[in-house]
Amino acid sequence: MDLVRTDRTVKPEVKRLPTGSFTVDARGEVISSTVSQVFPEALVRDIGQRIVHVFDGARRAQLPFSELVVQYASYKIVAREMRGGAIIFLSPKPVRMVSSS
Amino acid sequence: MASRHKILLLDDDEQILELYQELLQNLPSQPEVTVSSSGARAIALLETEPFTLLITDLRMPKMDGLQVLAIVRRKYPELRLIVLTGVLDEEYRSRAYALGVDLFWQKPSSSEEFQFFKDCIESFLGRETAEEGGFRGMQSKSLVDLIQLECLSQSSTVLRITQGGMEGKIWLQDGQITDAVAGDLNGEAAFKEILSWKSGSFELLPADPTHARMIAVSSQGLLLDSAQALDEGRGPYADTPGAAGTTPAPSALAPLVRFEGVDFLLTVPPSGDGERESWGLENTKEVSAWVWDTQKRLRELGDKLGVGGLAQVSGFGLNRHWAFANSDQKGLLCAGFRRAVPKDKVDQTMKLMFGKWIS
Repeated sequence: MDLVRTDRTVKPEVKRLPTGSFTVDARGEVISSTVSQVFPEALVRDIGQRIVHVFDGARRAQLPFSELVVQYASYKIVAREMRGGAIIFLSPKPVRMVSSS
Repeated sequence: MASRHKILLLDDDEQILELYQELLQNLPSQPEVTVSSSGARAIALLETEPFTLLITDLRMPKMDGLQVLAIVRRKYPELRLIVLTGVLDEEYRSRAYALGVDLFWQKPSSSEEFQFFKDCIESFLGRETAEEGGFRGMQSKSLVDLIQLECLSQSSTVLRITQGGMEGKIWLQDGQITDAVAGDLNGEAAFKEILSWKSGSFELLPADPTHARMIAVSSQGLLLDSAQALDEGRGPYADTPGAAGTTPAPSALAPLVRFEGVDFLLTVPPSGDGERESWGLENTKEVSAWVWDTQKRLRELGDKLGVGGLAQVSGFGLNRHWAFANSDQKGLLCAGFRRAVPKDKVDQTMKLMFGKWIS
């Protein structure tokens, strides 16, 4: 008889969202990052490349800007263009709790 | 644009000429910029080739700017004129306007002022194909044009307009139309009445910051409303020519134009192709293609991350801000905002506009 009850059923992994900041060069390659290594490097690079692409496209469309804010339902990406790249901040959006009284 | 606009820049300071030549050549419309360091040479150049716009300094040796203006206004009535001077003197300003200059501009001293200046020049060039007007004795200029330029340069002044026995006044404070009077009318009604006058003369009086604000809507919205009324030939404007240089918003966008600080509007249908509607945007095709591609890429990213739908995307720049939001049913709404609009206001206004649009 086991003294400690163990649960051997496999629970689905709760997907975490990358948080932190990272810098990318003009091609979207990651230069430095505070994003946990738990998250695949390819995912962070993909975010960086998409953001850099947005900045580049805006310039071509004669709509240049220096700060980008992308708001998803539960996530926020803020990117600031820097000389030769960008710094990108990733943060989950806080959930608004509605209380009834 | 079929041909590039030509600008003649006149200043006795070579460094200023170099600086402004480079600045103007990099405008979106990429005008050809010719420089002259003397009034005599400028006049000689005007005789040999046609120019769209003359930008001149006032204080110059031998022939000063006012002398040049007096000659060129008479000889080249179609030429648009801008005074660019380091001297802010009401007398010079009044004299220059009396000679028929389109704008009197103090030499910019900050990046913001440079940007305003560039916006203004671009606006001038963009309106070159405008209809002939005839207000204030200056061909190709309407009162709407004049007020737009005063708004664009964030002027504080009082415009006194007379037409026959009628007199009207429009108060501008920091580029915003704050009040108007015309006969017994005041506020918006007076403003629209004044804009319906076909011709007349005007005088720029000193600003009156203590005058109470009676017009609450944005200047852009008010001008657009008035211009639409002129174009549609309704109400008191039925017999007036169209508002030169002011593009009325498509009907679906008209209610959105009135939001404070809106600079341009663009809608893209849900499929991404098909008919787009835009207002205040010169390069609709390029911007709509970019906006569509951007929302597609960011939505893909959202799906990949599993973070829910793309709610809103905003960009903040030195020249202007913009934001867009997307609805599967209705498509995409993108709005540009003047750079003076704070970030949180862009966010808030875009939400309101998008809600109004999809409803």
